[in-house]
Amino acid sequence: MTQGKTQMAQGAFASLHYRKTRDRIIEAILLSAGLVAVFTTVAIVFILFYESSYFFEHVSVKDFLTDTMWTPLFADARYGILPLVSGTLTVTGVAILVAIPVGTIVAIYLSEFAPHRLRETVKPVLELLGAVPTVVYGYFALLAVTPLLQKVWPDLPGFNMLSAGLVIGLMIVPYVASVSEDAMRAVPKYMREGSYAMGATKLQTALRVVVPGAFSGLAAAYILGISRAVGETMVVAIAAGMMANLTFNPTEPAATITAYIVQVSLGDLPHDSIGYQSIFAAGLVLMLMTLVLNVIGFFLTRRFREAY
Amino acid sequence: MAATAHMTLEEIRKGLSWRKQLDKLFIAIGMALLFGCLAILAILFFDLVRDGSSRFGWDFFTSFPSRKAENAGILSAAVGTMLIMVVTALVALPVGVAAAIYLEEYAPKNWFTGIIEINVTNLAGVPSIIYGLLALGLFVYQFNFGQSVLTAGLTLALLILPIVIVATRESLRAVPKAIREAAYGLGATRWEVTKDHVLPYSTGGILTGLILGLSRAIGETAPIITIGALSFIAFLPPSPVTGEFPFLNFEWLRSEFTAMPIQMFNWVSRPDQAFQANAAAAGAILLGMTLAMNAVAIWIRYRFRKKISW
Repeated sequence: MTQGKTQMAQGAFASLHYRKTRDRIIEAILLSAGLVAVFTTVAIVFILFYESSYFFEHVSVKDFLTDTMWTPLFADARYGILPLVSGTLTVTGVAILVAIPVGTIVAIYLSEFAPHRLRETVKPVLELLGAVPTVVYGYFALLAVTPLLQKVWPDLPGFNMLSAGLVIGLMIVPYVASVSEDAMRAVPKYMREGSYAMGATKLQTALRVVVPGAFSGLAAAYILGISRAVGETMVVAIAAGMMANLTFNPTEPAATITAYIVQVSLGDLPHDSIGYQSIFAAGLVLMLMTLVLNVIGFFLTRRFREAY
Repeated sequence: MAATAHMTLEEIRKGLSWRKQLDKLFIAIGMALLFGCLAILAILFFDLVRDGSSRFGWDFFTSFPSRKAENAGILSAAVGTMLIMVVTALVALPVGVAAAIYLEEYAPKNWFTGIIEINVTNLAGVPSIIYGLLALGLFVYQFNFGQSVLTAGLTLALLILPIVIVATRESLRAVPKAIREAAYGLGATRWEVTKDHVLPYSTGGILTGLILGLSRAIGETAPIITIGALSFIAFLPPSPVTGEFPFLNFEWLRSEFTAMPIQMFNWVSRPDQAFQANAAAAGAILLGMTLAMNAVAIWIRYRFRKKISW
């Protein structure tokens, strides 16, 4: 009898030991899956530096940053990133001029004024719009918005940054509105009630209590929206033109960093040519631009989560 | 302050009615912008479907791309997209769910976990074309996977990993602590608690996250162009299923491919109007697919939520 019990206990211990070992192995497997995220980031940084090192052997960093021409595909090749950066910034500028005011007003309306049912219907629609493929937005920019703009400005070229920027702006409105609305809803109710008790109207409360209270969340929404516009590829590749052009005039055609990468990828340059390697240098600049924005956005989001 | 004290009742009333007018004005502007944006998008979508409507038909689905717009179809693109999605789902689901389980159920709160979390957040904000450059440098040149279905699937899997991880973590977090503690109380190990109790309750959320991720991946164009997808492919990858033992064939993983968004991009960039009708038709189908996937995701979330009551 006692012997049987001891045996059973031994068995249970053995099985517990087995289960604990299994747990440890599984934990290691799960951890390695988590490390894929770290590995991806490291790989992005490593690949961009490694592949563009070949490019920087032939082009000095000074020329890359200060030359005003970007013509790697021409016989007289020049490698100044500035024209691509100016194209990127111009398109982004147009996009945020649309997305920030419209997104903020829509967010204030949804968060503070809209009836509950409307808000609950509109929020999923906004999220749905975020899932529309960007190549579809590119089609809109080239074949719907540009012809429309040309009716107002007959001189507007078929490829231009204005139309691409407007469509990108429209595209990120749902994102900016949705994130801003979340931030404003996180402002506690008692702050609004305090304001009402002082005799403020809804609009005064919204603008002077809720918006300042949600400031870091709104700033995060804007910055992440800008980061999206900077990294947007298909709309500009389709509608803004493929020629690098050092200008801040949105009615001109110009290539952005992303559009240039697409252009080279579609061509048939050999892998070991400098022209081909230049996409990694361009990508490196793009990554650094969005990385700075994303880091700022990350800390702002964290601040607004912790604020209340 | 003093000025307020000296305001007559009349003045206060005037100010109040003015402020109330402002409220109404703001509501009008807010509604106009909200519905204005939605209306513009609705018109654009409607236009897209109308422009492409002449091309909808059986032939469009069963034809390869062609130099003649009226003969061209999306067969190779649709098959390519489906095969890529299979690879993406098979990679992103296990890795994403495992990473989420680790972060939510296992990870100690320390700097190392913090690094993983920051990386996940950061990756969600990396432009998709950068993933394309990563894949070009890593999968195509270093690992020699070629410009293949496998490379495209892996690239998009990395791209949607943050979406799957975040969605899975949210649904794991929604499982009440009491359920875990009850299982621990009966002597279950951490993995047994996770596998037998936490995961079954979060299946809905995980599936929703996966489908939302795939609906993002299906429309991604830039990274697939960067790894060198061809836009003119008049053949299908070898069939995954064969008549002979072992009935499965993995040749298709190494095959060159094209995909729906690339086909659309190729057609949009042609000046010929007839091809733009093709682009519109492909775009409408692509849009239909993403919206359908989102609808399924929302439905699953709703159903699972209804079935579970704590």
